[in-house]
Amino acid sequence: MVTAPFTVVRSRAVPLLIPNVDTDVIIRVERMMSSDPDHLAKWAFESIRYDSSGAPREDFVLNDPEYVGSEILLAGDNFGCGSSREPAVWAVMGLGFRCVIAPSFGDIFAANCLTNGVLPVSLPADAAEQLAAGARRFEEITVDLPSQEIRLESRCWTFDIGRVHKLMLVDALDEMALAIRHLKTVERWEIRDHNERPWAWTQGRQAGMDLGEHSP
Amino acid sequence: MTLSPRTLVDKIWDRHVVEDMGDGWALLHIDRHLLHDLSGPGSLIDIKRRELGVGQPRQVLAIADHLVSTEPHRMAESSSVGSAMWAVLKEETDTAGIEVAGAEDPGQGIVHVAGPEQGFVLPGLTIICGDSHTCTNGALGALAFGVGSSQSAQALVTRVLLQQRPRQMRVTVTGTFGTATSAKDLALHLISTLGASAGVGYAIEYAGPVVTAMEIEQRLTLCNLTVELGAKFGLIAPDEKTLAWLEGRRLAPTGADWLEACAAWQSLHSEPGASFDREEQVDATGVDPMVTWGTSPEHAVPITGTVPLPSDAANSDQARSWSEAQDYMGVAGGKSLIGTPIDWVFIGSCANSRLSDLRAASEIVRGQRVPDEVTAWVVPGSEQVRREAEKEGLDRVFVEAGFAWRRSGCSLCVAANGDRVPSGARCVSTSNRNFVGRQGPGARTHLASPVTAAAAAIAGRLVDPRQI
Repeated sequence: MVTAPFTVVRSRAVPLLIPNVDTDVIIRVERMMSSDPDHLAKWAFESIRYDSSGAPREDFVLNDPEYVGSEILLAGDNFGCGSSREPAVWAVMGLGFRCVIAPSFGDIFAANCLTNGVLPVSLPADAAEQLAAGARRFEEITVDLPSQEIRLESRCWTFDIGRVHKLMLVDALDEMALAIRHLKTVERWEIRDHNERPWAWTQGRQAGMDLGEHSP
Repeated sequence: MTLSPRTLVDKIWDRHVVEDMGDGWALLHIDRHLLHDLSGPGSLIDIKRRELGVGQPRQVLAIADHLVSTEPHRMAESSSVGSAMWAVLKEETDTAGIEVAGAEDPGQGIVHVAGPEQGFVLPGLTIICGDSHTCTNGALGALAFGVGSSQSAQALVTRVLLQQRPRQMRVTVTGTFGTATSAKDLALHLISTLGASAGVGYAIEYAGPVVTAMEIEQRLTLCNLTVELGAKFGLIAPDEKTLAWLEGRRLAPTGADWLEACAAWQSLHSEPGASFDREEQVDATGVDPMVTWGTSPEHAVPITGTVPLPSDAANSDQARSWSEAQDYMGVAGGKSLIGTPIDWVFIGSCANSRLSDLRAASEIVRGQRVPDEVTAWVVPGSEQVRREAEKEGLDRVFVEAGFAWRRSGCSLCVAANGDRVPSGARCVSTSNRNFVGRQGPGARTHLASPVTAAAAAIAGRLVDPRQI
């Protein structure tokens, strides 16, 4: 659920340029039984963030104190691929990130970001590399949603975002609320569809009926 | 007005646009909804917290699969992690009037196995679930995709979702499968050659003579792995085989509705000349039994191949990720995988746990014996698959060979219910993900087909199933 408007974010960015970071790596399945952001943030990226004794790995960028307070994550190609688990986005939010920039994202992860007011920005790999070079020098990156620009020093890249999602992020609108506004249209569509595709509706179903067997 | 030739995806998409939101975005009608015990409870609690209700409960089917125990004499309480989630799922679905099946019910199974099997999944429908492998259901000609729990909640209430029309890719498969190769090998071949992000932003339609010749269960396997190719939609046009497979299933339309549905499905295919944003051709004849060596499904090679050298990677990021994957997996670049000793075998998951998968694996293990040091499990994809397999005596074949024959669920594919491969142990698995820690922290997963996994179980090491 979206809680705060997204306009301009300026901060250091954490360079985590590993390709195909899947949502199992972002948050393990057994950590998902609680949706508490602090709990999820603690266990975010655990398999690459902590060593086998549970101590933070010094060579892992998220453990670098220079990046405390960063609101931008720079990720590798296909970030958030795999499982549709939304707690992966909550874990990223729990770490304080409001924007993730990557060459590409897992489609479901990107949708989950937007649902939660996190901005996923797809930029070509060469732009991501230039940003990463700046991020490693601890330079601040500006993410400007109203003008759809990413800025680093004098360089600037534009990015795409759907009109509706931009509105929702800037105004902190909830996707559920948006859909509810169209409920009358949905109901009209469904009444028509009942007539046109009676087979698509399961009015013949009875809960708990005998299953029987169907041998293919 | 003449319409340009449309694709299968265009036809389903256009039919379901309730409101055009511009720029290719639409409020898309969601016809049917699957819920499971991991993501479903959160969605239902979200709805309750907002004081909203489920709009069309009879279009929803809930099944406990991720967190159920797979022990032979299980009950709903047998899984300590699952019982609390099951209690929520049961209570909230009962309140909403949604049909639900749990560990003790005959209709229980992995949602993407039980959903099609019970006739809940039909051609031409839009179907979602809070699960990325929802793309499996596209094998019947549905536009089926995974969502997060918030979007699942939205669709339960409003039956629409804000969605962007995907780019479209067609993968045409020609040739014929060789010995001991199947849809799983084809899928791993595609992912390893095109890459795990090739499908990002796409819907992928599988077509061509090999796909037409495939039985429905193989098509379900192929579509299942579409998300590992990066695409959230994978689908196959329905044909006579699809209709014959669906007819008479519990929730499939009957009588006049069935005839009307069949008539509607006749036109559900991409028209000649329809344009795709990307076209790929693959010859199944050249596909060998495949196995993964690393921690992404794209880290796959023919069983006779070698693990790649990080020095051969396309760039430094890939080289580093290959080298980390090889360290995690305990395999070496430049070396063959054949002969690698294994500790576990898992035959199960929504990729490969259907009756035909179990039959194929049973042919390999019949009269053979799993070495004592290997733990081998069969976890049928649904209770119906289990009952049918038992009727054929497959359970006895597996048990006599030293396999454990378990109850249905996701089990070792996601290790959420307490079933785990121990840290450092090497498992040949018929599931779809070899991610770091996927089968348990530190577990090493080699993805393969049921036949390759069964052959490994008997040999106690990775082997070419064609040599058995």
